[in-house]
Amino acid sequence: MTVGTSGSTGSDGTGADGDPPASPGDGGGRRSLRERLNHWDVRYSPYLYIAPFFVIFAIVGLFPLLYTSYVSLFDWSLVAEDPVFIGLDNYVALMGDARFWQAMVNTISIFILSTAPQLAMALLFAVLLDAHLRARTIFRVGLLLPYVASLVALGIIFGNLFNHDYGLINGVLGLFGIDPINWHANRFASHVAIASMVNWRWTGYNALIILAAMQAIPRDLYEAATVDGAGRWRRFISVTLPMLRPTMFFVVITATVGGLQIFTEPKLFAQVPGSNNGGSTGQFQTVTLYMYQQGFENFDLGYASATAWVLFLVIVIFALINFWLTRRISSTEDSR
Amino acid sequence: MLALPVGLTAALTLSACGGGGDGGGDGDIELVVATFNEFGYEELLEEYEEANPGITVIQRKTGTAEAHHQNLFTKIGAGSGLADIEGVEEGYIAQAMEASGRFHDLNEIGPDDVSPDRWLDWKYEGGQTPDGKLIGYGTDIGPLAMCYRADLLEEAGLPSDPAEVGELFATWDSYFAAGDEFIAANPDTAWFDFGPQVFNAMHNQLETGYYDTDSNLVVETNADIRDNWDQVVAAIEGGQSAGLEAFSPAWDTSFREDAFATKTCPPWLLGQIEELAGPDKVWRVAEDFPDGGGNWGGTWLTVPTQTDHPEEAAALAAWLTAPEQQTRAFVASGPFPSQIEALESEELLALTNEYFDVDTGALFAERAADVGPAQFKGPRDGQIQSNVLSPALASIEEGTASPDQAWDAFLSGSLNLAG
Repeated sequence: MTVGTSGSTGSDGTGADGDPPASPGDGGGRRSLRERLNHWDVRYSPYLYIAPFFVIFAIVGLFPLLYTSYVSLFDWSLVAEDPVFIGLDNYVALMGDARFWQAMVNTISIFILSTAPQLAMALLFAVLLDAHLRARTIFRVGLLLPYVASLVALGIIFGNLFNHDYGLINGVLGLFGIDPINWHANRFASHVAIASMVNWRWTGYNALIILAAMQAIPRDLYEAATVDGAGRWRRFISVTLPMLRPTMFFVVITATVGGLQIFTEPKLFAQVPGSNNGGSTGQFQTVTLYMYQQGFENFDLGYASATAWVLFLVIVIFALINFWLTRRISSTEDSR
Repeated sequence: MLALPVGLTAALTLSACGGGGDGGGDGDIELVVATFNEFGYEELLEEYEEANPGITVIQRKTGTAEAHHQNLFTKIGAGSGLADIEGVEEGYIAQAMEASGRFHDLNEIGPDDVSPDRWLDWKYEGGQTPDGKLIGYGTDIGPLAMCYRADLLEEAGLPSDPAEVGELFATWDSYFAAGDEFIAANPDTAWFDFGPQVFNAMHNQLETGYYDTDSNLVVETNADIRDNWDQVVAAIEGGQSAGLEAFSPAWDTSFREDAFATKTCPPWLLGQIEELAGPDKVWRVAEDFPDGGGNWGGTWLTVPTQTDHPEEAAALAAWLTAPEQQTRAFVASGPFPSQIEALESEELLALTNEYFDVDTGALFAERAADVGPAQFKGPRDGQIQSNVLSPALASIEEGTASPDQAWDAFLSGSLNLAG
């Protein structure tokens, strides 16, 4: 890398026949071209090296993003021939759409019900697995198994577990004299049921990421802390948590992005196979489910695109809030 | 890095399938037929290839109707990737009509010997746009009959023999009245499975449905809709509905649990009922259906404008929907024919069903003859039924909405969809 820097012109001169180290400009066209090439090489090839990522990102990330914003300005039907430009009308309609806001509240409710317990449990599992256990690998693999299982099979199983009339969970509740809960009809109950699907699937995944980060913490930090008289809890608070901060950022942000885009679980939870309604009154319809219904069931691509953009902005806001929160929490722990 | 080339290859392969490119170029034509569920075409297509040298037919099967139509309409939007012949089911035909410019007019490109009188009138009309363009040849239909549990009716002191139940199922009034009587005698069992299932059957008998023939939404002004609604809501509130969403896991299970006594049933549902209910439940089919006939389900074969071989595709579609082939498809896997000649064929009339102890072929052929004229289906008809009306009635059954709230949700929901 350093060979081609502008200061190295002298060393380059060895190839030419003893030219005085005069200004390179008069040294003949050929040489200056080479120098210029060298110069370009240094300045621009790094960009070329990283270009593939940006090219692919532009194709599969940026282009859809921009094209979606373009589509959202039209009354655009999936099957009709000519989209009509309507400016921001889709967004205006969306802001006054009670069903959209209901879906937004559902999404955030399911998101909170899933992310918070999920990350707390993941942290707990990671701590337990970080301890000296027999057959650790088996436990670690076991944690990841739910993540590997087919989501569709999972949907069917949970759909049956939470069945109002014939489900196992209501059956067990009945043994304790508790009235059956209508998991599909009751709004909050349906959110709990869906969140439990998400938690079941993702807790182990997050636990393994946190565990990997824990194991990368230098052991002498703990030794030093022990020498200083810190107990288990104190070591966890003052050493482990601060060292985990970057990983926690990652886990929280990915959970936010995934949680707010939740789609498959509520779709599979619906009583009728393939329904996008999210229950009889939309009690568990999420924003992505609503967007999908608008776009591919009602053919209203413009409206669906506007929904997608609003959701994108909400996710960005939530990610920033979470970023700030995570930072704050771990830095206060740090300063203790 | 890898994801892109793989995705591209997949896309190219798909479009090569759908485009039906001119193979070798020496007159060889490849036709792709896209179907879902069971059409019974396997042997027929092989036979067609043999009879028509130079034509290769490929069948692209999708498991469920939902996935099939999702794919269909997405590819209409994308402008490429469709098969040469695409099946379109009843619930989606209105959406296909909305995109009628993307389908060939079979009156123009189809073989001349295909005449409308091949089909039952209402089936033929169902494949026609309001301005008279024929976008689909009718395949199967689902004439409605009433299935019932003879043993439960008997326990409740009601007539239970197929010859005697007629009066119970003569009109909707008598049907709901019998329901009241039934649950008074047998309070643990409901009269029917799910309100929307009954409502849809009643609705399809109406002359005007959710739309008038100019595609204006009339849910608010069509008094018949309100009447049907009130009747079904009264039945629900009287405890006649089991509140089991049709085709949900709970509904599947309920057939083994004596959950309800009657079920609107097209021929394609018989096999499912038999399988779900098991041998010790006594299901029968009544010869009468309340207030005449009705239809639930059925498909048309369309030829999208994306095809490179419109005339060959139309010829194949016409052949597949001809009476002889329909009868054979029916024997092979059960889609009930929509062609008059097939409905009169001895093969069909001789068909019996042991489980239901009935001559199914003859009974359903008669049920098919009772179906009234085709109700005009507007652009969002299917979605209004499945995403607005059914959930609204279901919310009353679940107790999450009062009848008034549900009616308001139905009105505003359909206005939203249509607007």
